[in-house]
Amino acid sequence: MNKALAGLALGLGVVATTPAVAQDTIKVGILHSLSGTMAISETTLKDAMLMLIEEQNKNGGLLGMQIEPVVVDPASDWPLFAEKARELIEVNGVAAVFGCWTSVSRKSVLPVFEELNSLLFYPVQYEGEESQRNVFYTGAAPNQQAIPAVDYLMDQGVERWVLAGTDYVYPRTTNKILEQYLKDNGVAEEDVMINYTPFGHSDWQTIVADIKAFGSAGKMTAVVSTINGDANVPFYKELANQGIEATDIPVVAFSVGEEELAGIDTGPLVGHLAAWNYFMSADTDANHDFIDTWHAFIGDDTRVTNDPMEAHYIGFNMWVKAVEAAGTTDPDAVIDSIIGVSVPNLTGGYAAMMPNHHITKPVLIGEIQDDGQFEIVDSTNGLVVGDAWSDYLPESAPLISDWRKPLSCGNFNTETGQCGGTGG
Amino acid sequence: MTRPHRLIILAVLCLGIASTTAFADETSLREIAAGFVGANFSGVSETAQTLAETGDPAAAVILQALREGRLHWMKSDETLMIADRDGREMRLFELFSEEPAGTARRRDLSKVKVNNAIRNQVDGLIGGLTLLSPDPEARRSAVTAVFERRDPAFLETLNRAIEQEEDARLQALMEDARAAIVLADDGAPLEARLAAVATIEARGGQDALSTLAAALSEDAPPALVDAAAEARATVEARLKIWGYSQNVWQGVSLGSVLLLAAIGLAITFGVMGVINMAHGELVMLGAYTTFFVQEIIRTSAPGLFEWSLLIALPLAFLVSGGVGVLIERGVVRWLYGRPLETLLATWGLSLILQQTVRTIFGPNNREVGNPDWMSGAMHLGELTITYNRLWIIVFALAVFALLLLVLRHTPMGLQMRAVTQNRAMAADMGVRTGWVDAMTFGLGAGVAGLAGVALSQIDNVSPNLGQSYIVDSFMVVVFGGAGNLWGALAGAFTLGIANKFLEPVAGAVLAKILVLIFIILFIQKRPRGLFAVRGRAVEA
Repeated sequence: MNKALAGLALGLGVVATTPAVAQDTIKVGILHSLSGTMAISETTLKDAMLMLIEEQNKNGGLLGMQIEPVVVDPASDWPLFAEKARELIEVNGVAAVFGCWTSVSRKSVLPVFEELNSLLFYPVQYEGEESQRNVFYTGAAPNQQAIPAVDYLMDQGVERWVLAGTDYVYPRTTNKILEQYLKDNGVAEEDVMINYTPFGHSDWQTIVADIKAFGSAGKMTAVVSTINGDANVPFYKELANQGIEATDIPVVAFSVGEEELAGIDTGPLVGHLAAWNYFMSADTDANHDFIDTWHAFIGDDTRVTNDPMEAHYIGFNMWVKAVEAAGTTDPDAVIDSIIGVSVPNLTGGYAAMMPNHHITKPVLIGEIQDDGQFEIVDSTNGLVVGDAWSDYLPESAPLISDWRKPLSCGNFNTETGQCGGTGG
Repeated sequence: MTRPHRLIILAVLCLGIASTTAFADETSLREIAAGFVGANFSGVSETAQTLAETGDPAAAVILQALREGRLHWMKSDETLMIADRDGREMRLFELFSEEPAGTARRRDLSKVKVNNAIRNQVDGLIGGLTLLSPDPEARRSAVTAVFERRDPAFLETLNRAIEQEEDARLQALMEDARAAIVLADDGAPLEARLAAVATIEARGGQDALSTLAAALSEDAPPALVDAAAEARATVEARLKIWGYSQNVWQGVSLGSVLLLAAIGLAITFGVMGVINMAHGELVMLGAYTTFFVQEIIRTSAPGLFEWSLLIALPLAFLVSGGVGVLIERGVVRWLYGRPLETLLATWGLSLILQQTVRTIFGPNNREVGNPDWMSGAMHLGELTITYNRLWIIVFALAVFALLLLVLRHTPMGLQMRAVTQNRAMAADMGVRTGWVDAMTFGLGAGVAGLAGVALSQIDNVSPNLGQSYIVDSFMVVVFGGAGNLWGALAGAFTLGIANKFLEPVAGAVLAKILVLIFIILFIQKRPRGLFAVRGRAVEA
């Protein structure tokens, strides 16, 4: 009896609310893992998106309608990403999706977005070598993070390089690009050491001892780390315990941000570096406002902000602007209108969507401070345009991407004059 | 970190008081230091250099504050202050006396910017200023800095320091530093430089290697270059021999971690034959207990922080053990003799536990601090022995010994073994087998909790902590022989050492694969592992 009543009430509730919601809202999908291994990074992005949507709704929504977020949990399971993306587009009818973190999750949803012709905004730094019509890459390409970081260290007099990474596609591709770049800059073969470790590697004794030995050749040595999220904590702990300070061998990391440092005592890490396009410590009004809004939204003023959150901030605002310009959320119209759209970033500049679906970003180098924040010690002069196809890899050097008509091609080979190089 | 720095300041102050007249006075130091206000990196670097050139030991206090990022200036009147963060406020100290000077809001202060290059430079400058310090610890860190920088400007002070030095070891270090300076000095006579090569060769170690490689400029005489190359080869050969013992040490250390993770499983899986996929999550609960204990200590009794791990140990045992008993009573006991269902049920439980922790504590890593006695390293010849690893080895062996004692010499252990060997007969003798099952499982789970306390010191404390250890734990138990604690011990250390000898050759990824293949081949030959025993697991 009770159950039947409850069921009835539930049914009534659904009937009563759905039609009202369906008619005058624009739905936006949020595809971030809320459980499983990647929840550590992705949950924050889900919250950031909810905040951005709430703010937009407060300011009158979009095209006179409210934006309704649809949150799904792909549970750090790559095939599930594709299923959930399909569900968002087909069942919920979302106008655009903001999501994914790992490259493999992005690769797994690509065919879905292509087939159903929807939009994906991808907010994380990645290995490049990709440009897809339905995807907008608001995180950094390698030339917007890795290469400027190496340039900075070269300026500081580093001559010997350890490229340490987790064994998967992003570090492997990035290190391939960096290795070529270092060689082009006259670094000898024996001055580069490349090292890969499994996911979640926790016993760093041997590798840290190796790095120490490698660094004792009398030349200034630095570690370029593409070590993935979770394995970083034990790595830094081992460095500190074996007495390697940033003044001896600095480590520059591409996956360590404010969020990752929240789990470590950063005292022994002071001076190690990270390269990002945004730091929470950026001293601009836009950033202070963003942090205040974030703290108010999440109800906890110890929470940090990070680079992928800024990427979502930029991506979401670009989408809003493109939709307003097109007057519709129709994907084809938005894909046409979004190119050239320019919105403020949080570090005091502007981000513009380029024809290759990557955006312009400043590159900042920060040193870890003992409060878990970064002190910005260097930044590029002006903005760097994201390069979908690296110039330092022979197979991708001749490729360009331009989604404007009439070319409309993500991998145009300038040597053969054909669309459709490697990679697709 | 903090202790030597206080000592330096103390030492410097004593020296400063003893000989104030000889040096620049405070006012002129203040004038120079004013150059830090609003300076960019090169400005900071120049000011630091000028400060050090006064030769005034009081300058070292300012430089030390700069080095540690404590040097700030008030935005209102541009006075320099030393400031420490204290929550949302900053506690201020006077520049020279370090006397408390009240508090200020963070936005009223600006920090003098430092980067790695400046830290490096300042280390050397402080070294030069504190070579003559009355405090031996300060002299020790000073001489290390001077050795690394090889700055000829310090030669005179160094000579004076060598003459005055009473500690023979420190004197030897100072002579090494002098040798490094002479070696790098193109103006020095050849014999002196050759003698310097010999001194540094005798010192040995990685810093000797880098000095020998870097100190010579391009127009050094060929005889010297050859001598340096030869010395490098000798030092390298010596380091290689030490490298093997380093491998053994690291292997033992990895083995102890494996042992800790596996030893609880050796009881639940080995003795009882229960495939407990939630074992890793019980380890994780132990780690979170440590976090919880540290949080309470931080907020209510900061003085107890050094003891936090010891306080966490019994609690972690109780928490994980309690959850273990619940799992056994609630789920596992209905599934005895059905290994596949046990496996699936405990796998489900592991997911539930993970998500519960994620919901309560959030998906992010939690910060578990290392007490001072768990941080840092000591040097044994060329071996670097980190304290956290050392304590974990000691702890793993202690847990092992304790467990052995419980199983062998307590009534509970006797009953456990009785139930394992022959359940029916044990029941006939009046042993409450159900209760013994619960206690055995609880013991295994509690030990997993203890492992969690130790692992919180070297790994992430996140909901995923357990997953990374579950496979390794099973590997150890299967390899060592189910049902035998000694098997777990031998298995853990064999795998640890094998892994560490393979890693430098094959890389971390391949080393893991090779070890796995080795185990698969090994259990083809000896399906019951290294130490096979008769027990319920074997009979089933």
